[in-house]
Amino acid sequence: MPIAQLAGTDPAEEKSKTFVFHDEGHTMGNALRYVISSYDDVEFCGYTVPHPAESKMHLRIQMRNGRAIDALRRALKDLVKLCDHTIETFNEQLISFQTDQLST
Amino acid sequence: MQSINDYKPRIILNEYNITQNLPSAPTVLDETFNIKKLKKIFRIVIVRYENMEMEFDVIGIHPFIANTFRRLMLSDVPSMAIEKVHIYNNTSIIQDEVLAHRLGLVPLKADPRLFQFKQDAEDNELDTLEFELKIKCIRSKDENKDSSRIDDIYKNSNVYSKQIKWVPKGNQLDSFKESDVGTVHDDILIAKLRPGHELDLKLLAVKGIGRDHAKFSPVATAFYRLLPDIRLTREVKGEAAERLQKCFSPGVIGLRHTKDGNKVAVVNNARYDSSSRNVFRYDDLKDAVIMTKVQDHFIFNIESVGALKPDVIFIEAVKTLKDKCLSLLSELEQI
Repeated sequence: MPIAQLAGTDPAEEKSKTFVFHDEGHTMGNALRYVISSYDDVEFCGYTVPHPAESKMHLRIQMRNGRAIDALRRALKDLVKLCDHTIETFNEQLISFQTDQLST
Repeated sequence: MQSINDYKPRIILNEYNITQNLPSAPTVLDETFNIKKLKKIFRIVIVRYENMEMEFDVIGIHPFIANTFRRLMLSDVPSMAIEKVHIYNNTSIIQDEVLAHRLGLVPLKADPRLFQFKQDAEDNELDTLEFELKIKCIRSKDENKDSSRIDDIYKNSNVYSKQIKWVPKGNQLDSFKESDVGTVHDDILIAKLRPGHELDLKLLAVKGIGRDHAKFSPVATAFYRLLPDIRLTREVKGEAAERLQKCFSPGVIGLRHTKDGNKVAVVNNARYDSSSRNVFRYDDLKDAVIMTKVQDHFIFNIESVGALKPDVIFIEAVKTLKDKCLSLLSELEQI
């Protein structure tokens, strides 16, 4: 189970949540934190890796409006779109760079 | 200072501190993440591609995203490396564990995309590459008896990576050519032997990621830096212009010869400036220059170890991020 909620938190509290990611670190943590905290309805978003020897990452989201889990879902979808666009642009540029090189 | 407040986010390198400019429009640094807006400003420009080295610009992304790509290339893109060494015989002076460690760090040129991650089960042709290193040092029986060169006296006194032989498993011969599998470099010194010393090793290479061990990292280095930008605020002439030129990396400042025989400093190309702050040593020059860095323009450099081409490494890194997001999304559906 890669995502869990932090133990001891009220499951009925939808606005503020701490998600625990197993087998993730600063790579996903910082990317998600940036995307989520740029959203308008987000009051606070932060992440921490509680111990360097444990591959766990805690992501805290506090919302003004709406559910925390929706912000996380939106961020993940946005990152997927970003990745698709990056791959597409990179491949286009690579092809045009290689044809340029061949012609010179 | 006013001329620096254009639409780009910049940091300004002053003499004693670093400040930020006031961009005339919202930038990626403070805007809501929006994929439509991002698509408008996002650009990739490939600058240099030489065999296993690559330089390209990624323009219009947030530093955290750039850093995510860099981290993924270093520690999440898989490659193959020797993980297990079965030592049947080692009578050389190098200890078993040191020898095994050295072998683990030898770069292999097998395409990791064609392999699976090793499960706990037995080795099979889908997840393991097997190699063999059998070598014995003997005294040379050549006529060069008088020579004192090590290579003339002994045979096989140096063990090089080219002596590692691939042992195909299962149907691996059908899917791989002899030239696809092996070490990237054939002249890595692994051990030194003397007559009577012998190595008999079985090497097992598996797929892994750099987070587990640096030997699995597909890149020698992968780094980015911000695009430097240098502007001259007033005309610098004569001796001062030559002095200004020497303050920066070669090629950054050029000298233009005017009709009256004077030399005037101009900015040729600030891209490869090392951002050294030598100019602040001269009181008469430091007010003539504004050194800035563009905060959403990243110059990526990727140096591959040799198994994958650098462009493939970048694509694989972005794909890893996508896969992670997709698997987390499907995980969220179940909550």
